[in-house]
Amino acid sequence: MNRNPYLRPITSEWIFRHPRYLRYMVREFSCLFIGGWTLLMVWGLKQLAEGPAAWAAFLELLRSPASIVFHLLALAFAIYHSVTWFNLTPKALPLQVGEGFVPDWVIAGAHYAAWVVVSSCVLILGGAL
Amino acid sequence: MARSNKPLVWGPFAAGGTLTAFLTPVLVALTLLAALGHPPEVLGYERLSALGHHPLFKFALAGVIGLSLWSAAHRLRITAYDLGVRADALVAAVLYSATLACTGVAVYYLLKL
Repeated sequence: MNRNPYLRPITSEWIFRHPRYLRYMVREFSCLFIGGWTLLMVWGLKQLAEGPAAWAAFLELLRSPASIVFHLLALAFAIYHSVTWFNLTPKALPLQVGEGFVPDWVIAGAHYAAWVVVSSCVLILGGAL
Repeated sequence: MARSNKPLVWGPFAAGGTLTAFLTPVLVALTLLAALGHPPEVLGYERLSALGHHPLFKFALAGVIGLSLWSAAHRLRITAYDLGVRADALVAAVLYSATLACTGVAVYYLLKL
């Protein structure tokens, strides 16, 4: 038995070794914003269940400067997650038709198109437009 | 064949990742409008609580919250490992239980609506 096994040092500096690694980490950090915003919505649900006054207090909380900054960051990270996710769909869902495969851009494009439709529907039904 | 719980944790991650890709940006946009002082109609108390009485809405919202949290928790687990945290079993246990607890809280308040 080796009494002095080599232990590779575990660090996180590798992130900065290549722009690709940094982009990967930015994508992974989107989970903090998506998860954080979802938790904020769970809090909102509690306020909604407690009645109009509690809900008004929640809307007031949303108007704080910290909330505005958080929302802007969350929106940017959420969009980055969507873009990276849809760009991967041709790899995750390759479609074979006959001998060949449906081109990547068709699969990713279909997801982007659906994204636009879903987002527009939510904005219209939500009364934001 | 070796047993693995990978499909069990990865399935909800993929489902949640897809759901958040389609829905989170536009939903964040709705609350951003509220943050900027222009809440869209759907965030008015009457409108939203009326929606909240609908069983289908409760079910859909519980699904969106649960899967979004799960995919975020799973990604955070992988990120923790990438950043050098090697206590993966502990990280996984904490994050997945927190996800289930928060989803439970959401379901509780959805049922109270």
